[in-house]
Amino acid sequence: MQDKYLLETVDLGISFGGLKAVQGINLKIKKNQLYGLIGPNGAGKTTIFNLITGVYTPTTGRFFLDGEDLTGKKQEAINHKGIARTFQNIRLFNNMTVISNVMVGLHNQNEFKCNPFTSMLRLPAHFESEENMRKRAKELLAIFGLEDERNNLACNLPYGKQRKLEIARALATNPKLLLLDEPAAGMNPNETEELMNTVRFIRDNFDMTILLIEHDLKFVSGLCDEVTVLNFGTSLYTGEVDKALHDPEVVKAYIGK
Amino acid sequence: MPVKTNRKRFKFKNYISYIVIALFLIISATLALTGYMNRSTQNLLTQIAYSIILAVSLNLVVGFLGELSLGHAGFMCVGAYLGCYLANLLHTLIPSKLAVLIISMIAGGLIAAVFGFIIGLPALRLKGDYLAIVTLAFGEIVRTIFKNQKVFGGALGLSTKKYGSTLFIVAFVVVLIMLAVVQNLVRSKHGRAITAIRDNEIAAKAMGINVTYYKLFVFIISAFFAGIAGVIYGHFTTPVLYSFFSYNYSIEILVMVVLGSMGSINGSIIAAALITYVNFLLQTKLSGDLAALKYLIYALILITIVIVNNAPGLTAIKERFSIKRFLSKITAKVYKPKYDPSKRKDDEAYWHRIPTKIQMDEVLSVDVTPDTTYTPDKREEK
Repeated sequence: MQDKYLLETVDLGISFGGLKAVQGINLKIKKNQLYGLIGPNGAGKTTIFNLITGVYTPTTGRFFLDGEDLTGKKQEAINHKGIARTFQNIRLFNNMTVISNVMVGLHNQNEFKCNPFTSMLRLPAHFESEENMRKRAKELLAIFGLEDERNNLACNLPYGKQRKLEIARALATNPKLLLLDEPAAGMNPNETEELMNTVRFIRDNFDMTILLIEHDLKFVSGLCDEVTVLNFGTSLYTGEVDKALHDPEVVKAYIGK
Repeated sequence: MPVKTNRKRFKFKNYISYIVIALFLIISATLALTGYMNRSTQNLLTQIAYSIILAVSLNLVVGFLGELSLGHAGFMCVGAYLGCYLANLLHTLIPSKLAVLIISMIAGGLIAAVFGFIIGLPALRLKGDYLAIVTLAFGEIVRTIFKNQKVFGGALGLSTKKYGSTLFIVAFVVVLIMLAVVQNLVRSKHGRAITAIRDNEIAAKAMGINVTYYKLFVFIISAFFAGIAGVIYGHFTTPVLYSFFSYNYSIEILVMVVLGSMGSINGSIIAAALITYVNFLLQTKLSGDLAALKYLIYALILITIVIVNNAPGLTAIKERFSIKRFLSKITAKVYKPKYDPSKRKDDEAYWHRIPTKIQMDEVLSVDVTPDTTYTPDKREEK
């Protein structure tokens, strides 16, 4: 049953003290799907991201990636298993260069493994891994059109490019599932259009499954195959985008009655 | 052939500190061995050497990992007492003084590293001020424990076999080895991971970096070198006295790190040498009643350095008359390179740029708006 879906959450929920922030979330995301998570402010969208990436430990329910139970694992372990994310408020490594940011993303991958003592003694394995990492990082930056900026500090990039860099850094960890938290926030319509193409490009070329949170409904309806609408920490509707946006409950949650 | 491609990346800038220290070591060693250097200068050089080791190793924790540790003298204390105690035992077994020194240094460093591990454990849970308090307490507890042990001489201190004043040669060789290790660590994927933790711990975790592992690792490496510095100190002065490793000394090491700018290894080296030299001058020149003025003058010097370092007017003057600018003017006359952003040197992380609290507040209060006027060429014009 669980093998059919890439990500499956079963009755996922968390309560902070007496407050049930999120409860009874059953997401079923197929491989290679673009899945949207929408809802009014404070509906618990980012909390679900935090649950799936291990920032919070769920108080109820479990979640499975490729049939493997990842509930209660540490953040770095979950990332290693194949879930990468971006953040709603950009969290880049500001005092590092653009290419270093991506290389931090590559850090944990098996093909670039080299232990600290190899680096301290500058053994050949160190140079090999550094060179390969740099090469891969440049390739990733080229996809996002950032290769000319690679030696600038990340904090000096314009906002749109910082968003792109965050996605590039998340992709560097070689995930199976990519979580994008409001990727189009603060972008103008042209940039949003460009981002939509980029997201599709990632899905097709990296064979990626993408779960995204977005307030821009045009963005969601143009991009996602399926959505889950959240309100007050519970799922209101799950299904196709167009139907979801015309569902009376959803309209009520968004606009009021 | 990935190794070959990397050899091209030899950057003179990265190796300047080794070259300067190695040259300095060769010159001063020849002077000392041929008898042209007096004893007090040699003593000063030993002091400078162990100060550099302490400052650079503390910089690893404070500057690169971004955790405030106020107990660095505690690690030094552990290394000094236990390493020197071992050396006293070994002197009866091994005739070679140098061999005993090296063995005791390694042993002292390793024992201090164990303590670093123990202190590193709470560092995983505590942040900022709280960790500072724990490390501060550690430093005080350790020296009090050694004070009350009869085996280590109690309040009279542990008497050690004094090495000749040429101890500074060994000490500077240790400095060179430590620099190599620390710089190699910092300029590697592990250094990147450590800086990433400092910049944004949440993002670092989300990128799959094992924060626990790296925090412990940095504490252990830092404590290891502090222990070695302690053994050098123990053989430089006798007896090893608990009162030396006080809170004041931890702060003095921190002052070296902060003055040399956090996250800058070369800065730590220069600041350590400078502060030790100033201390030495004040100690030797001021005698009798004037000795009380030592701390006053020392404080005045530190305040002056801090003001001069950060005064906006002076920064402008410094930039205007900087050597870099002067050199670039000359080179610009000789040939005019076309600006090509893709050919800029790679991956040169700006370690020294850590935002202070005040800057962070400014950043938080300003709304983030996309900088549409940004072009790479603007950087060049500045």
